[in-house]
Amino acid sequence: MKFTLSWLKDHLDTDASLQDVLDALNRIGLEVEGVEDKAKELAAFRIAHIVAAEQHPNADRLRVCSVDIGDGTPVQVVCGAANARAGLKTVFAAPGTYIPGKDITIAVGSIRGVESKGMMCSPEELDLPGDSDGIFELPADAPVGQPYAVWAGLDDPVIEIAVTPNRPDALGVAGIARDLAAAGLGRLKDGDIAPISGAFANPVEVIRDFAADDAFLNPVFALRLVRGVKNGPSPEWLQKRLTAIGLRPINILVDITNYVTFDRGRPLHVFDAAKVKGNLVVRRARAGEELLALDGKTYKLGGNHIVIADDNGPESLGGIMGGEHSGCDETTTDVLIESALWDELTIARTGRELGIITDARYRFERGVDPAFTLPGIELATRLVLDLAGGKPSEVTLAGAIPDTTRTITLPWSEIKRLTGLDIPADDARRTLEVLGFTVDGDGDSATVTPPSWRPDVEGKADLVEEVLRITGIDNVTSTPLPRIEAGITRPVLTLLQKRTRTARRLLASRGLVEAVTWSFVAKADAEAFGGGDPRLALANPIAADLSDMRPNLLPGLIRAAQRNADRGYGDVALFEVGQVFADDTPEGQTTSAVALRRGTARAEGAGRDWRNPAKNVDVFDAKADAFALLTALGIATAGVQIVPGGPAWYHPGRSATLQFGPKNIIGAFGELHPKILQALDVKGPLVAIEITLDALPVPKERPTKARPKLALSEFQPLSRDFAFVVDVAVPAGDILRAVQSADRALLSDVTVFDIYEGPGVEAGKKSVAVAVTLQPAGKTLTDAEIETVSTRIVDAVVKKTGAILRA
Amino acid sequence: MSDYSTLENSLLEAIHAAADEAALEAVRVAALGKKGSVSELLKTLGSLTPDERKVQGPLINGLRDRVAAALSERKAVLAEEALNARLAQERADVTLPVQESAQTRGRIHPISQVIDELTAIFADLGFAIAEGPDVETDFYNFTALNFPEGHPAREMHDTFFFSPDENGERKLLRTHTSPVQVRTMQGQKPPIRVICPGRTYRCDSDQTHTPMFHQVEGLVIDRSANFGHLKWILEEFCKAFFEVPNVKMRFRPSFFPFTEPSAEVDIQCSRKGGDIRFGEGDDWLEILGCGMVHPNVLRHVGLDPDEYQGFAWGMGIDRIAMLKYGMPDLRPFFEADVRWLSHYGFRPLDLPSLAGGLSN
Repeated sequence: MKFTLSWLKDHLDTDASLQDVLDALNRIGLEVEGVEDKAKELAAFRIAHIVAAEQHPNADRLRVCSVDIGDGTPVQVVCGAANARAGLKTVFAAPGTYIPGKDITIAVGSIRGVESKGMMCSPEELDLPGDSDGIFELPADAPVGQPYAVWAGLDDPVIEIAVTPNRPDALGVAGIARDLAAAGLGRLKDGDIAPISGAFANPVEVIRDFAADDAFLNPVFALRLVRGVKNGPSPEWLQKRLTAIGLRPINILVDITNYVTFDRGRPLHVFDAAKVKGNLVVRRARAGEELLALDGKTYKLGGNHIVIADDNGPESLGGIMGGEHSGCDETTTDVLIESALWDELTIARTGRELGIITDARYRFERGVDPAFTLPGIELATRLVLDLAGGKPSEVTLAGAIPDTTRTITLPWSEIKRLTGLDIPADDARRTLEVLGFTVDGDGDSATVTPPSWRPDVEGKADLVEEVLRITGIDNVTSTPLPRIEAGITRPVLTLLQKRTRTARRLLASRGLVEAVTWSFVAKADAEAFGGGDPRLALANPIAADLSDMRPNLLPGLIRAAQRNADRGYGDVALFEVGQVFADDTPEGQTTSAVALRRGTARAEGAGRDWRNPAKNVDVFDAKADAFALLTALGIATAGVQIVPGGPAWYHPGRSATLQFGPKNIIGAFGELHPKILQALDVKGPLVAIEITLDALPVPKERPTKARPKLALSEFQPLSRDFAFVVDVAVPAGDILRAVQSADRALLSDVTVFDIYEGPGVEAGKKSVAVAVTLQPAGKTLTDAEIETVSTRIVDAVVKKTGAILRA
Repeated sequence: MSDYSTLENSLLEAIHAAADEAALEAVRVAALGKKGSVSELLKTLGSLTPDERKVQGPLINGLRDRVAAALSERKAVLAEEALNARLAQERADVTLPVQESAQTRGRIHPISQVIDELTAIFADLGFAIAEGPDVETDFYNFTALNFPEGHPAREMHDTFFFSPDENGERKLLRTHTSPVQVRTMQGQKPPIRVICPGRTYRCDSDQTHTPMFHQVEGLVIDRSANFGHLKWILEEFCKAFFEVPNVKMRFRPSFFPFTEPSAEVDIQCSRKGGDIRFGEGDDWLEILGCGMVHPNVLRHVGLDPDEYQGFAWGMGIDRIAMLKYGMPDLRPFFEADVRWLSHYGFRPLDLPSLAGGLSN
């Protein structure tokens, strides 16, 4: 919403400065978006008089001028404008002046050997509209030495405010003035409009052609004919105001409708009566009807759109835009003035469907003051009579002005309860009254009737807001919020929240970089990772590759890794901890931790190094990440089953599923399937882990934080090595489990320290070398006891895996 | 006598001449070994008379002690020389680079870090962290928050929708974190103090908007929380979060369907030289929206607005991250460019805490 300071003062009797007005607007919720103060911006440009202009000695097109700038001594200025001639009054900028139209600051210069102490300017150079073929040509009586902008009447600052959707009353200058008056910036001038009596009956009838339950679409329609007007360009004051707020003056009749729209927030429409055939019918448009609107475009209409039609068909799109055919131009002599009310939702929907944004739509969809329907038409009539003459008819009123009267009980204590503000009831009452509310009752509470222009005020909280915003939130005292319970703050995070945080820190500590990728992926990507549920496909995706909620974090990370590789960063290790979607219910959304390593980006280091030759990531890098993560999350990893083979997107032979049982899967790790890489058009090697944090077991509540007692043996542990030859298909895990089963009490550690296939070992077999640590508890082991344990270990492995002890 | 001193001289000479530990050992064996010259002399003591032994004993023992001492002294010297020689050989080129450790390479995304910072601040004030689903219903995202039918936010051009289900209901991606307020109020009785950080979505994509972004919302509900408390919380938060001793804030009345009264909040800043600094300067920067929870919202969750009251506020996590840490653009937050992540991300052990400061 734009207006000028002088326009505001039409409605507000005030001595407040521009800055005071701006501060007050911000304070009361009419946010200032911008101020254009030409007088200030152009203060350095002064009116000057060219005393003499002579040909430049070295340039045909330049003139050397002697310019009187009001200082007594004329200055010498070299000028290239064709109209720079002796006797001309024009606009001068001294050296040091910033030229907004050229974005330069001028200095004393020498032009082709002749000194020039300033510049004479064109409108374009001042960023002003106008003929820019040459420098300004001002009338002979323009006062030399005076600031040009003030003389030219550009000293009326243009203020732009953002109006929140609940405040249609602030979409008119008068409404803004009312708010400022309430805020103590002056007195609201009387805006009453005297009705004008009609000289004759309006010959044009208005028929609201609606079914009973459609009547709300256009509750009331007022129409008046003014005969014998003389249309033409508006007077300068009107043109200036409209131009200042960015509107193009057209002719008196059209400009009046725009003026009243901005002055009072009351959109109107004018028809050229000569072009209207028959009566005006307000109705739903019929399928197939079209309207060539005032913007020159033809709109296809349907039953959801409300038109004003005559015998020719639709002449106007109600409350949004008029039609070209019946529009007013210079030839108009008889004008029909319309002031109507329209259903907000219908206006909004129609405007959106047809893509029309007008000042009328903007106001009607927010709510126009119903009580101003008739004053609006009277004001327009007054302006038409004053500016274009003519004779008015009586006003035709079809329908009825809706009664929006309602009352709200406001206990004055409510203000303090909600805001903490200690404000006397009388002050609050005065504020409401200046804003147009009627306040009745003298006790602890009042009965308040909101004015017709405030459709947003429904309850007492709204009234508290009125008092608060006019009093100023600055007057609310900051008050410490007392703690619910005195004492030291207790932990607040849930288990899942703690695990999410821990997962991030753990994965980052393993050299992975956290990414945050889109929650939506391409449909094909969703399908490749177990998704593609139609319930999770967006109806209106912003792009084809952001169409489906992600079932897994992997596609986003894989694509991100490839983008990095394409930029020359192929050894990337990325992770994300975030939401994934199995269905569209709250339970279908879980938190997943996914880590992805590409190229040689191993935890130990990436790329070539003199100590660690570059080595591609493999499934064991992923496994190490998975187990480091599970351990950090407090999972007893000994109980985790590692089942060979992961979900379909993993390499079947180089991946595993992590679970506590077939129905309790917690994640997977492995190398990604070559087909997935192909489908996503990315290159590997790529290994990944995925852990569903919600699926992890909840730790048992324990009565104390004490750790289990530490039992240290006094006896030295001892180590024995065994090498077993088994079929290559036998999992090492089976061998380890077999070893452990031999004597759980005595065996404290079992590790694999070598795997060998090749000469010396039969084809199809492998040698698995295992180091076993024995920790005696009560006494030192005898050789015989060690021998017994060793035999039991070998027997167990042989029995369970078909191994033979390697000689 | 002179035999002894001759022997001693020759042994001491040999000890001194021993060039390495092996040569010295040979001297030791030749002197003090089983058949060594000094050992042989010691053996003769047994066959001497007591009187002779009184004379010869100290002489031979003295000889043995001095030789042993010389051996040990020489051994120490040789060991020292050997060590020095070895150390002279043992040289590492310490200028050779070592690979960066995993902890040095890893990064936490600024959004996660800022959420941790928010958690540290608000947990201290007794706020819990509430979360809710990204896929929401019209009720939680709009109706319960007092959005009227036909509100522009309910249109396809603002909100991501899913296809209607068999009942004609279409789910949507939450456009703000406010549905979590509603779910929280439904799930627990006041007093309520929560912040709700999370992902939010709007059909918007240009230089400064992304279709997905992050918000954090705060909610306080009890029997007395008023606008003065709201101001205090926000002032304290801004000081703590931006880590400045003072911030000047400006509350402008505004409008949100779910709060009444409502306000937008600007903080004072300076933008000299392209850097934003808080607590100084004369520019204002909009940072959040807030207000008293609308009575209709309380009614929707079954709370009597005459009995319970409270306030809520919301702001962009990405936005406050940008303001604090100086990222110029929003889009790279979601592009997973490791160059950006390494530069703007945080190290794994940079844990925000109130005791140690939110940032280092």
